[in-house]
Amino acid sequence: MGIDTFAESGADLELVGIHKRFPGFTAIEDLNLTIPAGSFFALLGPSGCGKTTTLRLVAGLEAPTAGRILIGGKDVTDQKSFQRPVNTVFQSYALFPHMTVLENVAFGLRRRKMADPLDKAHEVLSLVELDHLASRRPQQLSGGQQQRVALARAIVNRPALLLLDEPLGALDLKLRRQMQLELKTIQEDVGLTFLHVTHDQEEAMTMADTIAVMNKGRIEQMGAPQELYELPRTSFVANFLGQSNLFTGPVVGTTSTSISVDISGQKITVPIDRAHRTTGEITVGVRPEKLTLHSTEPAHNPDVNVMGPGRVIDVSFSGVSTQYLVDVPGAGNLIVFAQNMTFGSDVREDDKVWVSWTIGHGFGLDDEPADAPRFSPDLDTRTIAAQHRLEGA
Amino acid sequence: MKLSIGKWVLPVYTALALLILMIPIGYTFVYSFNDSLKSNITWRGFTFDKWLNVCNVQNGAVCEAFGNSIFIAVVSTIVATTLGTMIAIAMVRYRFKFRSQLSLFLFLPMATPEVVLGAGLAAQFLSVGVPKDMTTIILAHTMFSISFVVVAVKARVATLDPALEEAGRDLYGSALQVFMRITFPLLLPGILAAALLSFALSFDDFIITNFNSGNVSTFPKYIWVSAARGIPAEANVVASAVFILALVIVVTVQVSGAARAKRLAKMN
Amino acid sequence: MAFAAFSSSTAPAAADTSRKKSPVALLLLLPGILYLVLFFLTPLISLLLTSLKAPSEFGDFGEFSYAFRWENYVDVVTAYWPHIMRSFGYAITATFFALIISYPLAYFIGVKARRWPLLQSLALVLIIAPFFISFLLRTLAWKQLFSDESFLVTSLKAISVLAPDAHVTGTAFSVIFGLTYNFIPFMTLPLYTTLERLDVRYLEAGSDLYASQFHVFRKVTIPLSMPGIVAGTLLTFIPAAGDYINASREFLGGTGTQMIGNVIEANFLVLQNYPAGAALSIILMTAILVIVSIYVKKSGTEELL
Repeated sequence: MGIDTFAESGADLELVGIHKRFPGFTAIEDLNLTIPAGSFFALLGPSGCGKTTTLRLVAGLEAPTAGRILIGGKDVTDQKSFQRPVNTVFQSYALFPHMTVLENVAFGLRRRKMADPLDKAHEVLSLVELDHLASRRPQQLSGGQQQRVALARAIVNRPALLLLDEPLGALDLKLRRQMQLELKTIQEDVGLTFLHVTHDQEEAMTMADTIAVMNKGRIEQMGAPQELYELPRTSFVANFLGQSNLFTGPVVGTTSTSISVDISGQKITVPIDRAHRTTGEITVGVRPEKLTLHSTEPAHNPDVNVMGPGRVIDVSFSGVSTQYLVDVPGAGNLIVFAQNMTFGSDVREDDKVWVSWTIGHGFGLDDEPADAPRFSPDLDTRTIAAQHRLEGA
Repeated sequence: MKLSIGKWVLPVYTALALLILMIPIGYTFVYSFNDSLKSNITWRGFTFDKWLNVCNVQNGAVCEAFGNSIFIAVVSTIVATTLGTMIAIAMVRYRFKFRSQLSLFLFLPMATPEVVLGAGLAAQFLSVGVPKDMTTIILAHTMFSISFVVVAVKARVATLDPALEEAGRDLYGSALQVFMRITFPLLLPGILAAALLSFALSFDDFIITNFNSGNVSTFPKYIWVSAARGIPAEANVVASAVFILALVIVVTVQVSGAARAKRLAKMN
Repeated sequence: MAFAAFSSSTAPAAADTSRKKSPVALLLLLPGILYLVLFFLTPLISLLLTSLKAPSEFGDFGEFSYAFRWENYVDVVTAYWPHIMRSFGYAITATFFALIISYPLAYFIGVKARRWPLLQSLALVLIIAPFFISFLLRTLAWKQLFSDESFLVTSLKAISVLAPDAHVTGTAFSVIFGLTYNFIPFMTLPLYTTLERLDVRYLEAGSDLYASQFHVFRKVTIPLSMPGIVAGTLLTFIPAAGDYINASREFLGGTGTQMIGNVIEANFLVLQNYPAGAALSIILMTAILVIVSIYVKKSGTEELL
């Protein structure tokens, strides 16, 4: 596929055995990835996980130390950035400050010597509803408007592959939500392949049809958003995509449909098809919103896991839900989200409680238990303070 | 990605260009060791004599000119730095009418060719009947240094967070205390840089000096006057010594600045 | 150095709201302004008055009295027309060469060498090093290096690049060479300060949008470094147009290379024809102001390149 014609549709992106070493550290180690044409693919990970480097490799702004990059089946590893049928929406937007909005958008078309660059630029500016600002300079626009110009400047070229480098990072929450929906609509309209890099798990889940979670230069897990959320494979994924309550213990019983794990004397059951491993020491988990609080011990039910009694060490109200932190001796601190269905809370700090969840909601990780943190790693200061109080008492 | 030859074009070009920039400096330095007679044009052998007896040539004319240059540079730097710093602080910190006109007025001396500045002052001293001597040189040098000081210090004042001064006032500092203990220490690097620049401009100035010096000799003027009949190697000695001293100062400032940046980077 | 600051006319100034009105401002401003009025503005006025003076009827040689002899201007323009043209011709040529030579230099130091701060500082020190050695001595050094007996000239003659009876010093070439050499640091430093702040992400964006290296340079790098180009060319052109050291016969010039500065100097300090020198100074200053304002206007408002 050359750059002298518009792409008719999105193209596959294939990364084969990519390594990228910088002096002093390795950014990407043996990355293999295939993104099917027309999909909205998100690379999700914390800063420094190698996701931006991956994007820059695809854009041609960096060269891989080893491995091949294929776009639409064609090897582009040795092509320079300007020769690839790829466009990027940069994190900083990188709108040329010395050109008008219109000239910014027409820049790529002019370089490719396309016919009627200005007409096409106006057209795409109308698509992002900014045609009335075509003669302004980028610095005269608001953040959201600049972001849309950056998007227009990229999609006007009809690239086979559009790269989005955290393009919504600089926007405030409300605008970000709105832009997420717009981006998604535009992707469906133009049918291009989108590769979106972000550290915002919510953004990735709302927009992408496939997410790859990256950590330390490797892909930890890849799949549809619901799949990653429901069945995380590693503790990193379990805690990076939302929060999880994780417990580690030996498998003490196996049936045809489920396994049981002993957590300091309390038996926790997980469906066998929701567990990545079924023998030895394993880590199992459950999402905080799947938990129910009880002030009296619930009656025994084979379909429900019960933990407790524990003590409520913190209650924080956040509008739609209330977050409880429950200390269960032997199991650690559990996070419980409860929807605020009634006015006022019937559970208070220091109350004695039991926690339960339907067996079908649990999951078992593939991690070596030694790697799995016993507690949720992203403790906020309030939790730490609560723990200190508990230890002092 | 790139051809390996293409990668080397710029670095090699830069090295070559810097080398050519250094040629006259190297020449001047090497010829300060020339066992020359009256003029220092042909190489006659290596000697340390000129370095050891700088002031013995032509009844110490070289050293006298050098001393005059230093004296003029010191006095004009002190006056220009004081006046320029005051203007810079006022321009960044206070609101007043005719601000843009003042900026233009301060820019003009820098945009005027030296020969015009020199001729103008000469015409003025002539019409008022002031004899040209050391004082007229100092007056002239102070004049052209002020604008440069304003620019250098203004850049520093602009980067200064006004909240620091507000914090000082909030913590019960009087206006004078705030200036002496907060503003001034923070501005000091900028003021010192401006003073160094002003000193360098004055020390090396020839064109304006030539118009307003009368019989007083400065180092550049000495070279100009001697150029016709031959410049003694002692002039090279003085120039080389000044060069080395300036280089040491600049390198020290750069290295300490780089070390500070590194420490800061480590802390973060 | 201050030249660096000079180029950044867009330096972030404190917001106007943070500035307060106070009589202190007047106290701070007054001494400096008064000084400049006395020793910059008034001299320009006396220069203007001197340029219109007529020779005193009964005075000695070199004595003039106030008049309105505007013919002085006609006289100097007629007499020194070649010098005036030569000055601007030399200055423009030297500025052009200084720009061509300095841009890659500044680009390497400011953009390519960013990863090596030590190399960057070292290169910067070398750029400003010529400032530390006397302007006159380094110009004289070139005179010696270009003299007829020098290694350079004799070897060029040996390989027949130069004719056996050719000279290098005293020619237009050597004067323009001297001007270019002496003002290269003034060109390089402001270029460096803008290029050092050049956001390479714009270059990446250009490359992402199908612009080859050459087009990225022409369409993105050059326009974005325009403030440095303008500051550098002004800092080179203005002093070069008024310079009389390089063109002087004792340095790199000859009888056929005299510039307007040499004529002003001669009229003031040798011939004592003050009105002629003053008139030439006024012409020089006016011409420079006109050229500079046209240049700034062109490079500022019109679409760049």
